[in-house]
Amino acid sequence: MSEIERHTYDVVVIGAGGAGLRAAIEARSNGKRTAIVCKSLFGKAHTVMAEGGIAAAMGNVNPHDNWQVHFRDTMRGGKFLNSWRMAELHAKEAPQRVWELETYGALFDRTPEGKISQRNFGGHEYPRLAHVGDRTGLELIRTLQQKIVSLQQEDFRNTGDYESYIKVFAECTITRLLTDDSGAIAGAFGYFRETGDFVTFEAPAVVLATGGIGKSFKVTSNSWEYTGDGHALAMRAGGTTLNMEFIQFHPTGMVWPPSVKGILVTESVRGDGGVLTNSEGTRFMFNYIPDVFKDKYATTPEEADRWYADPDNNRRPPELLPRDEVARAINSEVKAGRGTPNGGVYLDVSKRLPADVIRKKLPSMWHQFKELADVDITAQAMEVGPTCHYVMGGVEVDPDSGSAKVPGLFAAGEVSGGMHGSNRLGGNSLSDLLVFGRRAGLGASEYVDAMGDRRPKVTESMLVDAEAEALVPFTTDGGENPYSIHAELQQTMNDLVGIIRTESEMVDALEKLAAFRERVTRVSVVGGRAFNPGWHLALDLKNIIMVSECVAKSALERQESRGGHTRDDFPTLDPNWRKVNVVCRIDGDSVAIKQQPIIAMRPDLLGLFDVEELKKYLTAPELPNAELPNAELPNADLGKGDL
Amino acid sequence: MGYLAKFRVWRGDNEGGGLQDYAVEVNEGEVVLDIVHRLQATQTPDLAVRWNCKAGKCGSCSAEVNGRPRLMCMTRMSTFTEDEVITVTPMRTFPVIRDLVTDVSYNYEKARMVPSFAPPADLEPGDYRMAQIDVERSQEFRKCIECFLCNNTCHAVRDHEENKTSFSGPRFLMRIAELDMHPLDTVDRRQVAVEEHGIGYCNITKCCTDVCPEHIAITDNAIIPLKERVADKKYDPLFSIASLFRRNKDDRTAPPAAKV
Ligand SMILES: Cc1cc2nc3c(=O)[nH]c(=O)nc-3n(C[C@H](O)[C@H](O)[C@H](O)COP(=O)(O)OP(=O)(O)OC[C@H]3O[C@@H](n4cnc5c(N)ncnc54)[C@H](O)[C@@H]3O)c2cc1C
Ligand code: SF4
Ligand code: SF4
Ligand code: FES
Repeated sequence: MSEIERHTYDVVVIGAGGAGLRAAIEARSNGKRTAIVCKSLFGKAHTVMAEGGIAAAMGNVNPHDNWQVHFRDTMRGGKFLNSWRMAELHAKEAPQRVWELETYGALFDRTPEGKISQRNFGGHEYPRLAHVGDRTGLELIRTLQQKIVSLQQEDFRNTGDYESYIKVFAECTITRLLTDDSGAIAGAFGYFRETGDFVTFEAPAVVLATGGIGKSFKVTSNSWEYTGDGHALAMRAGGTTLNMEFIQFHPTGMVWPPSVKGILVTESVRGDGGVLTNSEGTRFMFNYIPDVFKDKYATTPEEADRWYADPDNNRRPPELLPRDEVARAINSEVKAGRGTPNGGVYLDVSKRLPADVIRKKLPSMWHQFKELADVDITAQAMEVGPTCHYVMGGVEVDPDSGSAKVPGLFAAGEVSGGMHGSNRLGGNSLSDLLVFGRRAGLGASEYVDAMGDRRPKVTESMLVDAEAEALVPFTTDGGENPYSIHAELQQTMNDLVGIIRTESEMVDALEKLAAFRERVTRVSVVGGRAFNPGWHLALDLKNIIMVSECVAKSALERQESRGGHTRDDFPTLDPNWRKVNVVCRIDGDSVAIKQQPIIAMRPDLLGLFDVEELKKYLTAPELPNAELPNAELPNADLGKGDL
Repeated sequence: MGYLAKFRVWRGDNEGGGLQDYAVEVNEGEVVLDIVHRLQATQTPDLAVRWNCKAGKCGSCSAEVNGRPRLMCMTRMSTFTEDEVITVTPMRTFPVIRDLVTDVSYNYEKARMVPSFAPPADLEPGDYRMAQIDVERSQEFRKCIECFLCNNTCHAVRDHEENKTSFSGPRFLMRIAELDMHPLDTVDRRQVAVEEHGIGYCNITKCCTDVCPEHIAITDNAIIPLKERVADKKYDPLFSIASLFRRNKDDRTAPPAAKV
């Protein structure tokens, strides 16, 4: 075995997106020596791409907003499958987390009174998303990055070393969590992308903040980093994931040119009046209004058009139905042969707004289409179609501390599961990152404090194993190219476990996945270890296959349709299925699943809903007996002027 | 539809390397980064390149295409003719790690030398009040995606390795200006702008502004106003008294930045 660089920390945070950085700030603030490890450069994590905003019931624009309303919206969005405790903590703490960003230097757009401005978004009853134009994620990550720098400057003043408490290990990929004989976390093992050299972090607490799994699908808004590493690391260390069948397909991704297929077209385009039509020129969304929403959406184009000017006396255009409904509708139109030449539908805002208003309200969309598709959205229609966007499922955690089922392991952000149930509302991810990033950092610190000096040890044999595993692709000669396996897998998941699912196709997918699992053991890579993307992908592929298997198995298990999981063979929501989560763990080489009962919601939280509404989601024995105090009925709006 | 393009890509590491020729398929609508990815997938699996968002939002894929500093993901192949040779090289100002990947740690070191945002000590979270018009100036600079193309381009470091210790480049002069224009910041950074970040090295050529993919008016809106404020401090005999007071945030010469 080669000499391996070794570091000792109290807490190792894997991931430098919103969740990871907020966790690191908290751990450092609790006096913990903290390492931040990430695959890309510092400041480039996926969070940078978020556009619309961050949801927090501050009530700056509509004073009726409060945590109870936000909680209700979140539970409805997730079709009541959410961890209600997480949804509660999230709704209560999000405003403090956003205000705190201002103390770090964030500059949100303002209201006329100089407060943080808030905008409407799908599923949120009141204007709730704090934002900076359409680049909110950039503001969030830069602010946290700069806060880390300011803490390092403080540490420099006190100790003479910037990195005495927080050090960022950028372009470093963790391939394994190290656990001792009792199963507790002892550290993490990985390699520096730049050199290919291995590194060991010895630490009793690890926070996973690795984001999502979008690279399992061909058409996705997600970057190369989204290979499900955290999900796989947790499961291999003995942890569990849940709700993996729930994938959010955003209805509007670019479909042309092919090379940018999947890149996001923000929901705000529809909020600002964008209209969806098929190749026959029909505004088809009127044909897809589900019964439960019949009374809330316009039934004629005339009424829909009036809504923009007069929302009080008209119903909303059906383009503004929840994401899952719109995505399914587009999918059906294309399948029925009414798609555009490039396999999407048309989204047109040019007939609704004058050119200069479009450029002002949707600057980055205008730029994106102009530069990448040669389409001027002020004069032409966009072609759009569904794209894999977000995974609701993730590592099973304790809501309050973020601790996973492995002692010493914590998770926060997109990699964790539960908070969003079966479907996430726009804007609820960025707030989730901050609320649970902070809680995981705190949870990890408390765990380390409680442990005293009895820290699990990293042994040589753990490292021998981990190193051998990482080097396998170099020792295989004449094996397959990792890029082609990846492309085939993405096509398989897109075709067979995509937006509409059915038993036979998923069974087929699982067979194919078993074959991929076998094939990946035989990939070989050329070149050396220094910055070798082929090698990196070869290692990531194992994770991609594992999480894909979680998705396919869980989706096959859940015989109903709910949020981000639609079964052709079980097209309706079934309250009996709301009582369980599908939970995944590793059994030998493959994924094993089980159904796990969900803890009943606390009565005071249940009391925030109208019994009539609860009847849609809960089975009869679960309903509260007495009529409860009347809560307001949903009036969720994707509002006008929504950027 | 597709055609074979002539690509010339710099391959090598910090010990040396050179341009290598490839013939590679190009399809309609593709950008330079797509072609680099196709090279990886079909001919050179170990070709090193950075990227994340593929939409001009993360600032990872900076390189020089036919000598021009650019984001590869925002450089459309249709801007070249089919028989043109397209040369892709790493950013020249930073040391090469491998192929198109450079060591940009200089930028992170300079970032760490900028004194951080410091709000008034008695201001509670949630009580921050700022007018939109006052935040817009700094917001323009916060559009920066840290692609470091401006720092790669500025001749003061591009042609003068020795200046790297004393000059932080346009990106971080702009960061100082951004904090300086923050309506609630309380720190005076004029001295560090001169002594630690070398604002005097900038002679306003505006090359940084020309290459900024975010179209930030780096020179006009950030550096020149900062230079003026620094000059005020240097030559204002009253400065030592004035600096005892909280700065008047309204004495700035920059007009409110136009919002794009
Ligand atoms: C185009 C787009 C727009 C969006 N817009 C919004 C929006 O407006 N509002 C909203 O709320 N949400 C939005 N989302 C969702 C939201 O941006 C993400 O869910 C969120 O940013 C995830 O943050 P995170 O901290 O969990 O992980 P990320 O920011 O993705 O960070 C993951 C980190 O983990 C690191 N990592 C991963 N694996 C490893 C490993 N093996 N070793 C070391 N490091 C590793 C990565 O390098 C990275 O640093 C959007 C998403 C997309 C794609
Ligand atoms: S304007 Fe100044 S900072 Fe910008 S490139 Fe010219 S000399 Fe460099
Ligand atoms: S100012 Fe512009 S060119 Fe410079 S790093 Fe930022 S985005 Fe890139
Ligand atoms: S890949 Fe993000 S800017 Fe090019």
